[in-house]
Amino acid sequence: MRVRAILFSAIAAIASGTLACIAASALAAPDKIDPVADAKAFQKYFTDKFPKVKYEDFVNGPYSMNEDMRRQWEEKEQFPPYEFALEAGKEMFSTPFKNGKTYADCFANGGIGIRQNYPYFDEKEGKVVTLELALNRCREANGEAPYSYVKDEMASLTAYMAYTSRGKRMDITIPSDPRALEAYENGKRYFYTRRGQLNFSCATCHVQSPGQRIRAEVLAPALGILNALPIYRSEWSGMGTTSRRFVTCNSQTRAVPLEPQSDEYRDLEYFLSYVSNGLPISGPGARP
Amino acid sequence: MRNRERNLVLVAVLLTIGTMPALAASEDDYKTAFAAAEAAEKQADALRNKWTTTEAQLAAAKKAAAGGDFDAAMAAAKDAEALAKASVFQATSERERWKDMEIR
Repeated sequence: MRVRAILFSAIAAIASGTLACIAASALAAPDKIDPVADAKAFQKYFTDKFPKVKYEDFVNGPYSMNEDMRRQWEEKEQFPPYEFALEAGKEMFSTPFKNGKTYADCFANGGIGIRQNYPYFDEKEGKVVTLELALNRCREANGEAPYSYVKDEMASLTAYMAYTSRGKRMDITIPSDPRALEAYENGKRYFYTRRGQLNFSCATCHVQSPGQRIRAEVLAPALGILNALPIYRSEWSGMGTTSRRFVTCNSQTRAVPLEPQSDEYRDLEYFLSYVSNGLPISGPGARP
Repeated sequence: MRNRERNLVLVAVLLTIGTMPALAASEDDYKTAFAAAEAAEKQADALRNKWTTTEAQLAAAKKAAAGGDFDAAMAAAKDAEALAKASVFQATSERERWKDMEIR
């Protein structure tokens, strides 16, 4: 009788364990990847959190959150600190390579007014292609050495290309290709994943705390954060690209940054740009 | 009585051990500690989640060992191992936990 009772309770335990496993696996089933719903929720989060900020103004980062900083920035824009880079970029853009071709030959519409379409998912390669990557590929295809992804020439070139696209709405598409959806999802995961000894994710600063100070800086909202890039940062005493921004953010959390234009950073740029669709390009920008 | 004496001896031994200066670390001790730290950091690297502080401690350990200070080298290597293990834990736990922060 006792043996039967033990057997019965063992079977009951296994059965309930199995049920629990089934329930757990149902719960752990991967969520459907829905970029449209994500972008809608993302934008709503910021507009609800900052009802007084005009929608288009989110691209101005900390200046949309802080009146004093905004006034200083508006004055600075009379003689913007990125002007030198802009002029250098314009000249570089029109200067032919040794083979006589120019950057214009590598891009749609001669490279003018196209910033809002980058990054895009290249179905041939099966990966995300950013503007910085496309510029270096253009150089290499024409027998030129690639530039550093983080500053100087790359910042100047992207500054000029952003400037010719000012006011155009970010327009990132995700083709119906499972690899594109995966890249988007990887970018999203990277954005929300905590890293570094400080245990910060990108979202810790740019979703949970925009408008608040971290040391002397006022944090920018994640919505539209890439629309202003590249930027002149007083902290850097120079220009910096999207790659530089990601690398710096990582090291500020005490994480070893990844290589510029690594798959993770490319996917992150894809995600961040997609959820900012509809916001105007405002780059090049200036930040403290 | 016998038990009491035995207890007293035990307490005396423990007190002596507690007040003895720690033995200086040898080069072999350092090498073992450094290998353990490197192994943990390799795991963190595979997870694409190295910390700058781990790298700094590994470099400090190497520098101290090169200068013959194996106590400092061993301490830095142990710190590096602890940091690397924490970064591995972070990467592993964040595999699912990132979703807690997601805007839905």
